[in-house]
Amino acid sequence: MLALPALLVTVWWFASADSTDVYWPPLRTILTTFPDVWTGERLRADVLPSLLRLLAGYTAAAVLGVALGTVIGSCRRVRAVCEPVLEFLRAVPPPVLVPVIMLFAGIGDTMKVAVIASGCVWPVLLNTVEGVRAVDPVLAETARGYGITGAARLRHVVLRSASPQIFTGLRQALSIGIILMVISEMFAASNGLGFTIVQFQRQFAIPGMWTGILLLGLLGFLLSVVFQLVERRVLGWYHGLRASSRRSS
Amino acid sequence: MLDVRGLGKVYEGSGRRVEAVRDLTFTVGAGELVCLVGPSGCGKTTLLKCVAGLLAPTAGEVLLRGRPVTGPPPGMAVVFQEYGRSLFPWMRVAENVGLPLKQKKLPGSRRRDLVADALRSVGLADAAGAYPWQLSGGMQQRVAIARALAYEPDVLLMDEPFAAVDAQTRADLEDLVRGLWRERGITVLFVTHDIDEAVYLGERVLVLSASPTVVQEQLRIDLPPERDQLHTRVAPRFAELRTHVYAQVQAAKRGTAAVPTADAPTVPGRTPTPPAT
Repeated sequence: MLALPALLVTVWWFASADSTDVYWPPLRTILTTFPDVWTGERLRADVLPSLLRLLAGYTAAAVLGVALGTVIGSCRRVRAVCEPVLEFLRAVPPPVLVPVIMLFAGIGDTMKVAVIASGCVWPVLLNTVEGVRAVDPVLAETARGYGITGAARLRHVVLRSASPQIFTGLRQALSIGIILMVISEMFAASNGLGFTIVQFQRQFAIPGMWTGILLLGLLGFLLSVVFQLVERRVLGWYHGLRASSRRSS
Repeated sequence: MLDVRGLGKVYEGSGRRVEAVRDLTFTVGAGELVCLVGPSGCGKTTLLKCVAGLLAPTAGEVLLRGRPVTGPPPGMAVVFQEYGRSLFPWMRVAENVGLPLKQKKLPGSRRRDLVADALRSVGLADAAGAYPWQLSGGMQQRVAIARALAYEPDVLLMDEPFAAVDAQTRADLEDLVRGLWRERGITVLFVTHDIDEAVYLGERVLVLSASPTVVQEQLRIDLPPERDQLHTRVAPRFAELRTHVYAQVQAAKRGTAAVPTADAPTVPGRTPTPPAT
């Protein structure tokens, strides 16, 4: 699993070793710059705010997406009205919304959180709609027959049954969220990862800029590992079910 | 216990009108095990869903303990054919059995007792912590039966519950249902398309006509209450009864409703179609 990353890093290391190009510094230079740039102070002042914005925007999108998706998915009439609008909104590339949201949310944290949330909400929403629609009719009838209705039905039947699709949406939303976190900070910010990378670039601190990109990559990787751990825990039943139906068919 | 009076169900959609069930009248007494048998596609499932309150009939009514059924009543539990799709795959066996009891707002200790007792009765006491998909098909259907038992229904409805399991498992499950019925004195309405199964299990067999469905014949199964796969199925009386039911189902398929009063001299146990109440 680690063979390919190791190979790529090695290739990068040797290919760039003798580089004198100022824009493509040797990997050795980038790595030695890394600890100087990403000191504890900078992690606190730039990385932490970025992560908090991402967390806030992502959480808002998840809650909103699942809530609206459940309503739209369970009600055919609402779905008929909403579907064309949803398809349109989803097709708008989220970064385009940054200037628009800046107009009424200013350039503070609110704007960044709003940008992240408005981009992340679509995959969660649309996948939740699909998941809620696809609840097995036999299962739904069984639940009804045993008087499992209302909140209990939502909690034990509908959301659990839709959870594989909801997680698909959440996974897509996570990568969109990281992208929007960086972009929103590149537009207008006084701190954050995206801001720092742009600053380095403007100051021609090229190795510093590269370390920022490296850190972003690592961060994205780390978040996806955490996501997978959570998913494996919540969807353990689903993977088991799939494995057992593969065996029997 | 259960009264079905003049039940009819017409599906209407996009200009097409399908009459699935025409006019069904029968009763199931307390503690009785009644089998409904009929040709494939004769509206058995429609009928069962109407009885269970999962589907609103377009004519007639269903009474449980004298009260009309308008939605799924608390006194009824249904075991469906599709065991793989009626258990919650995200819950362990014990949670599957216990969830309806939680909805009934039973206290925790009572719930635990009922779940343990029901699982023991179906021989799955050891499987409480497993997920349904870790079990074989027959075991999954046992879980569904345990869930229905723990619910303590007045009437247990079974919709072709063993149609999707292999023959040996099926025989075991038939004996399980018969055993539970005798042990616990529950009332069971068992829908099947398998004539042998209907005769083997039932105290009474209702033969349904082809769709639009009516009750073609009611038959009392005068086999001894002690039944087992080995001896009952080769008993001459069993053969007579199954032959008779088979003829009736074949007649139903052809649509030539064999007049329920005029034939079958070999079957003195047959009861005339009784009035509604």
